[in-house]
Formats: sequence, structure tokens, C-alpha cells
Amino acid sequence: MKDKFDYFIKTENNKWEVIIGLEVHAQVTSKSKLFSSSSTKFGEKPNTQVSLVDSAFPGMLPVINKFCIEQAVKTGLGLNAKINLRSIFDRKNYFYADLPAGYQISQYKNPIVGEGSVTLDMPYGTKKVGIERLHLEQDAGKSIHDLSPDNTFVDLNRSGVALMEIVSKPDLRSPDEVNSYVKKLRTIMRYLGTCDGNMQEGSLRADVNVSVRKQGEKKFGTRCEIKNVNSIKFMEMAIESEAKRQVELIESGKKIEQETRLFDTKKNETRSMRSKEEAHDYRYFPDPDLLPLVIKQSFVDNLKNELPELPDKKKERFINKFKLTPYEANVLISENNISEYFEEVIKTADIKLAKNWIIVELFAVLNDKNLDIKDSPVSSKNLANLLNLISSGEISGKIAKKVFELMVQSGDEPSKIIKDKGLQQQSDPKELEKIVKNVLEKNLDKITQYKAGKEKLYGFFVGEVMKASSGKANPKLVNDILKKELKK
Amino acid sequence: MPIDKNQVKKVAKLSRISLDDSKLESLSKDLVSILNFVEQLNKLDTNEIKPLTSIIDKSLDTRDDTVSDGQIKDQILKNSPEKNEDFFIVPKVVD
Amino acid sequence: MNDLNDISLSEIIKLVKSKKISSLDLANHFINNIKKGKKLNSFITTCFDQTIKDSKNFDKKQNFDGLLPGIPIAVKDLFCTKNIKTTAGSKILENFVPTYESTVTNNLWKEGAILLGKLNCDEFAMGSSNETSFFGNVINPLENNFVPGGSSGGSATALAASLTPATIGTDTGGSIRQPASFTGTVGLKPTYGLCSRWGIVAFASSLDQAGPMTKNVEDCALMLEAISGYDKKDSTSINRKKENYSKNLKRTIKGIKIGIPKEYRVDNMPKEIEQLWKNGIDILKKSGAKIIDISLPHTKYALPTYYIVAPAEASSNLARYDGIKYGYRSKKGNNLIEMYEHTRAEGFGDEVKRRVLIGTYVLSSGYYDAYYLKAQKVRKLIKVDFDNSFKEVDAILTPSTPSSAFKIGEKANDPISMYLNDIFTVPVNLAGLPAISIPAGKDHKGHPLGLQLISKELEEQKILNIAFAMEKEIDFKQSLNRWWE
Repeated sequence: MKDKFDYFIKTENNKWEVIIGLEVHAQVTSKSKLFSSSSTKFGEKPNTQVSLVDSAFPGMLPVINKFCIEQAVKTGLGLNAKINLRSIFDRKNYFYADLPAGYQISQYKNPIVGEGSVTLDMPYGTKKVGIERLHLEQDAGKSIHDLSPDNTFVDLNRSGVALMEIVSKPDLRSPDEVNSYVKKLRTIMRYLGTCDGNMQEGSLRADVNVSVRKQGEKKFGTRCEIKNVNSIKFMEMAIESEAKRQVELIESGKKIEQETRLFDTKKNETRSMRSKEEAHDYRYFPDPDLLPLVIKQSFVDNLKNELPELPDKKKERFINKFKLTPYEANVLISENNISEYFEEVIKTADIKLAKNWIIVELFAVLNDKNLDIKDSPVSSKNLANLLNLISSGEISGKIAKKVFELMVQSGDEPSKIIKDKGLQQQSDPKELEKIVKNVLEKNLDKITQYKAGKEKLYGFFVGEVMKASSGKANPKLVNDILKKELKK
Repeated sequence: MPIDKNQVKKVAKLSRISLDDSKLESLSKDLVSILNFVEQLNKLDTNEIKPLTSIIDKSLDTRDDTVSDGQIKDQILKNSPEKNEDFFIVPKVVD
Repeated sequence: MNDLNDISLSEIIKLVKSKKISSLDLANHFINNIKKGKKLNSFITTCFDQTIKDSKNFDKKQNFDGLLPGIPIAVKDLFCTKNIKTTAGSKILENFVPTYESTVTNNLWKEGAILLGKLNCDEFAMGSSNETSFFGNVINPLENNFVPGGSSGGSATALAASLTPATIGTDTGGSIRQPASFTGTVGLKPTYGLCSRWGIVAFASSLDQAGPMTKNVEDCALMLEAISGYDKKDSTSINRKKENYSKNLKRTIKGIKIGIPKEYRVDNMPKEIEQLWKNGIDILKKSGAKIIDISLPHTKYALPTYYIVAPAEASSNLARYDGIKYGYRSKKGNNLIEMYEHTRAEGFGDEVKRRVLIGTYVLSSGYYDAYYLKAQKVRKLIKVDFDNSFKEVDAILTPSTPSSAFKIGEKANDPISMYLNDIFTVPVNLAGLPAISIPAGKDHKGHPLGLQLISKELEEQKILNIAFAMEKEIDFKQSLNRWWE
């Protein structure tokens, strides 16, 4: 039975629904910036990835990066969204030290991508989350406040990097849904190669809009925006603390001020950003240094044809064709590289073994060594070989684990390891009979106890046979022979 | 009166230009006369007209995604009134 | 070598090519004139040592392949010149030294020209009299205490006074054509997008264009050829084959259809301007042109439209002057916002402040639709007026300015009265069309007056040719008594 949705802020008298909308900023995987040709590489020395255009010197002009347009369109297609063949770049005007031109080039009324949707798998069923739009915009530089007590240091490396801003409709209703949504977006973009979704490096961050309303009410409450949350965990925490704050305010008779807030990760609470002046009259107008962006339908169609199989489709196929559970499918499609690896392995190996070994054994190793599956020490070919050796009975599952360990260390293929270390399963019935009889002869008293009813001792006998055979005895045969001998 | 002194103050704040009282006075006068002048446009009915979005009849040219700029830190910082070897230096935003 | 003051750029080039004169000779001559011309205040920066050095280099190499071999040329201080101070006539860029060269000036140097210095202009190109420059007023060489026009006032004065054989300015609402008219010189604003804006200090991005300012039409064609051309660094640059304006220059009037827009006959138009215009029409008629009355119904809305669109774009373009990356920074201010506010209050002059405030206002929330959006719609109507008229005529003839040069200080206190100087020139920028002003007469004080020819986009050759023909018939002569030396 499926769980029911049950995220509410529950107070003495009321049940409050939490309404969430997300504005996700995803850095495009381009090598150079959106409107200039300097590098987007992360972590470089300050102000080295900066051109005259990035730092808004007099007379500098923007020229748009074709690759960024392609990634925005691809992402839009991945979100089942409308691609606008004609879009406009607007200037968003405000002053800040890390915004050298005093304006950010963004898209306001005519974004490149329109409405779309994303489907989430929640424990209580599938949930469709509407996408309002996606547009391209410049990132700002970085203001560093803690290197000096009186001054701020400005690094413009990031200034001008291409961002895709993905705006959701206010369809999300819980931190879990937000978690799922962000992960879904991330997966889609990683599949498409349009954004690497690396939240630690800031390639993916979100502004979270939160409001509350009594369960059953139709009208939306006043919302607050929590800016620049850069991890999913913090998003979840921020939502919960902000929702609670709003509920408290309303229940004590106060009004919610529509404002921008920051999430304090140490105090686990949101606080108001104090830019209280006629803040945020951005005076959007079309950037006169740029002409309207017009793309052809054929351009869009070509990109569509080149799209890889997207996560939802792949998941459906994995469940239907390979008989995986939704959970297993989710894991195996979470990255393109993982699904590719899986499909390679099952070309020659058993599906059940493959899914278990990848999800449990291989992932444990990759997590431990902090590796991506594309850098796996065990290749898909070698894993397939190992699994086939289990299927054919040449080694037991237990021995296979040992072999796997050695494969991780050496990268060698399993047959070689088995041969070198003499780990072949012992499946000769005559040999096994010898060992079993040997074990039983040594433990006559235990046989008596067993026959008297102590059934647990069966395991002891099996264990002793395994010990005697250095673990190589074929478990099935051992069972058959042991049962036969014990009957005697 | 198309604009009063308070509005001028707000606009000056938005434009990050400080105005003392006498400047505020004289600029307000000027702005009133300029805005009065441009009010004439209201005589025209432009409901059915689409605004001019670009003066040239062409759409945006694009460039390839290659890195061919940057790595000019010294040039970038050279003209800054306050800087160190690596950063621009500005007073803190009061918060 | 005082003849050098009286001959054209094209003639000077002939002398250079025939080795009758060296680049060094030219450099020395103009440097001498500049030194004697301090009263005119037309230069902000000179680089005499560099100029001499470059001219000597040229004479050594003697490469006559370019259009401007070894010719020293001063340029408006709005063009960023590498390692040479570029101020835009403003305190806020008082000590700014670019590490890069604008595309248009680079084109000049590629053709063999050498930099003579940076010319005074209205601050950030905002003005019609060169009275808003932080570096002081420029004086019209025709008569002391008279303005040369603006914003390319320094350019027009230096040219008319032969402190430079030719020059380039920028034109956003008339800033090349109006000073050309006030100083008896030729000025051309090309089609929007014909010349690159990369490296030019931006005022109003959808209106700014660089253009030549010269003593005659032949020189103008040559300079236009040198500076024009596609630049992929400017997204608004037109990608088409460069034209040979110089080679294709010929006197063409016969059979040409010239439009006379009735709306340009404004209320209280001075009789001298009327007469000037009539004289122009007569010359054209005599030479075989067909004169057609046309209507540009939205003409009177052009100035108010301009004074919404231009300040709006300027308010955004000037936001980068914040004392952080370059330029002036105030010593006052305890935090970032105060630093911005004092820097910009101290760094910008009054006209710039006016326009930034207007621009910010017309873009602000609640006013955008009523002002900016409305202006962009009217702009469309103005462009359509021109497009329609060019279905019937080849070019349009109008006066360049509603008067001749006025006295310094005469209009400084009334912004609107100052703005009205651009009444004939502004519609052209709004429509992105090319236009040229040629000296066509004088007023009762003996001060020059110009006539303007406007054509469809990218038809510079057409108006150059008509102007070339008219110039011969008009035979405008101007002799200066060099009172400033």
C-alpha cells in the first residue's frame, strides 16, 4: 500500500500546507562564458578568468555563445517544455560590487524556454511539477567579506558565466518533494550534459520561495524568497524553518512581509536580507547591445533527434524489459554512466545478479573510493565475466566476493584471479563426499545431537565443510551430500 | 507635476548619485521641464503599434564555445583605484 | 607650410604619396598648430612624442598601401586608444588609460594613419555645444566665445582650425552633423551598424555611431571607407562586404528624386534657414534632380522620443562607473553604497546627472510603459515614416540645424532650449539611417550653416555622391583669421 502525502505544519488548532516554488540556477557546461570568451573553469586564481567584457570596461560589448543556446534548448526539451524560437535578452539593473556593469544580462518577458513539466516518484505516487520557464543569464562575480575587517575583496572569475534559470510553478509541497525535484532536474541535466549539477562547486543552486496556507484554503499566502541555498539538505532545512516561522507569525496575528531572506546554516533559521531601500526595481529593458535571438525549428529538431534516452523513458524501459523494481530502476538510471554500465553487463550476464552486484557491491567500492562509475576499477566486461562464473557454478557467491575484492585491487579479469589464487569452486562430488564424510566422522557427538532435534547444528556441519575446503565447496552439492549422509 | 522632489530623491538613490539640497532643488526643476517636454508622446495613440526591438533587420550572431580571452589579471586590475595583487578592494556594504 | 591648413586630406595624401612631404613634416605642422591653438581648448590629451615617433617610423618604412599613409589624425576622446588616456570628457574617467584600442581607431591605424591626440567633447557625448566637458568649453574657431556645437565639438573645432587634417566623432542625436554645421565642415553619421561600436565609450547603444568629420566630401568618403566594416566583437555590427566609397564617389544629381519633408518647416524657423534650404533645393533642381514634397508625420515626436530612449540607455550604460574597476573614486563614503553615491555625484557633471536620472525614472517600475515602451513604439512610427518616403524618393534634404552657432552660455541654463538644437538630426538616429551635413551657406554674422542629406539604410554612397555634386555647386568658402594664435 502506498504512503499518503502528509507534510503539514501542525499546530494546536491548525494544519498548514506549505507551498514551495523553486528558481534553480544551473551553470551551463560551456568552456567559455555566455557573452565573452574567457574560461569558466572552477577554482582558478582570482581575476584570471576575466576579460575586459567580463569586467565591463568602457566600450565593451557582449557576443553570445552558441553552445549555451544549445544547452538551454536541450534542457528545455528534457523538461518537455515549449521552445521559444524568438527570445530577447534584457538588462536587469542594480548596483553591487560583483556586478561590474551595474546590470546583469538576463531574459525577462521573452525567455528561450516556456512551460514544461517534470514527474517525480514519491512514495505516495507520481507527482507532476510544472515548469514555468527556463532562461539564460549571466552569473555575477564573488564578493569576499571575510578577508579584511573593513573591506570586501572582489573576484570576477565567475562574472559572466552562463546560467540557466529554471523556474518551477508553486507546485511543491514538502522538503521531500523539493529534494526529489532538485535531484530530478540534476539527473536530467547530467543526462543531457547541459549542467554537471555539482552543488559543492556551485554549479547548481536555488532560490526557494515559501508560503503557507491553512489546509483546504485556495488562495496562496504571502511568500518569502530564501536566496542562494546551495545544498539539498539546506533547502530542506530552510523550508521547514521558514514555514514554521510564517505559521508562528500568522497564528500570532502578524502579517507576512514579502521579502528576501537568507538561510543561516548554523542557526538553522532564515533571516531578512537588509537591503531595504527601493530595492529591486530592476528596470528591465531589452539590451540594446544584443538583437533578438531567433532560432530555427530545424535547429531545435536536430537537437531533439540527438537527445539521449531521458531518465523517465529509461526507467520505464528498465522496469518493463528487465523486470526491475522502481527502486532498483531509480538507482540504475540515476546517472547515464550507470545505466550504460548496467546495460553493458547484462549483454552477457544474468540481470538479477547484475543489478544486485552493481547496486550493492560495486557502489560500496565506488563510494568508499569516491569514484565515478566511469572510473570504476572493475570494468563492465570483467564484472560480467565474474557474474557468469557464478552462474555457471565455477565459483560460489561467497568466493565471488573475494574475487571481486581482488579485481578491485588489481583491475585484473576474474578468470585470471581465480586461476592464480586457485579459487575454483570444488564441485567434484567424489571429493566433496570425502570432505563431508571426514567432517562427520570428526563430529559424531554432534550428529547424535542433530538427530535428536538440534537442527541448528546443520549450519555447523556446513561451516566445517566450507572450512575444510577453504570455502571452495559447491554449496548446493554440499547440501545434497550432507543431507544424504545425515540420513544414514 | 510629473515628478516631485521625493521622487527625485528616490530616483537618485536608485541611480546611486547623492544629491545635496541645492542640487536636489535645481535638478528637480530640470527634470520637471524635461518630463513635461516628453509628455507630448501621450498625444499619440500607439495601442496597435509594436515597439521597435532592433534597429537592424537581423537576428543575433553567435560565436563558438572556445576559450580565447582572460588570463590578463594585470590589465584588469591596472586601472582600479583600490586593489591588491589579486582583488578589487571595496568598502563593505553596511549590514 | 601654411598651405597645409587650406588643402584637403585627399590632397595631403597625394603629397605624401608623391613624397613631396613626409609624415614627419605633417606631424610637425599639426603639432605646431595644436600648440598655437590652446585657446580653442579642442584637445584633452596630446601625445606629441608618440606622434613624432610614429611619423618617423612611417617615413622609414614608407608603406603607401593604406588609405591614410602616414597621416596624423586626432580623434574624439570617446574612442578608447591603447595606452593613451581616454576621458569621454568626464572627471570620472579623468585618468583612465585603456589597455585596448577601439575597432574604429584601429582601422585608421591599419590604413597607415597615426594618432595626433584626443579631442574634447561633451561629457559622455551628452550635449550640443561642448559646454558640458569636465575639461572646459571648446571655442568655435569661426569666432571667439561661440560654441562649436556638440558633442563632437573638439573634433569640429580642431578640424575647422586645421589642428588635424580630418577626424572622427560619434553621433547619437546629431553630435557629428550639428557641430559640422556650426563650423562649416562636413560630417557624416553612417547607418547604424556600419561602423563598429567596440571600444567606444557607450552613451546610447541603439543610437551611437562613429563617423567621419572632414573638410570636404571627398575626404569624408575616404575616411568612411577607412573606418567602416563588420566587427564580430559587436553584435550590432552589420556583416556585409566593405564598400569603396572613395573609388565610387561621383557627382550624381541628374534624375535623382529628392524629398522635402514639410514637417521640418518648424514654427518660428529663422528666415536664414529657410533661405538656405531653398537655395539647396534650387541647386538640386538646376542640376536635374526631381524635387518631391513628402511627409514625415511623426517628426515632431522625435525629440521627446529621443529624450526618453537615449537617457534610458545611458542610465544603464553609465552604471559601470562606480569607482571600483577604473576611474575616479571619491574619498568620501563609509560603506559601499555611500562610496557609489559620492563617486558618481562628484565624478559626473550636471547634464550627465540629468540624463541618468531621467533615464532611471523612465525605466522604473510604474513608468516603463508610459515612457520607455511608448517611446519605442513612437520610434517605430518614425522609422516607418522614413521607410515609406524612401519608396518615393532617393534622398531627403533638410537643414542640419535650426540656427547657426550660438554664444557660449546662451543656452546653458535651459536644457530644453539646448535639446532643440538637434531637432533636425535626431529623427535620423532614431531610424538608424545614414545622413551627411555639408556647409551650404552663412548667416548674417558670417557663421556657417549646413544642409543635411538623408538616405535609406546602407546607401551612404548615394548621399556622398549627391553631396559631392552639391558641394561643387555651392562652392562654400571659409577663411579663418586664426585669431586664437
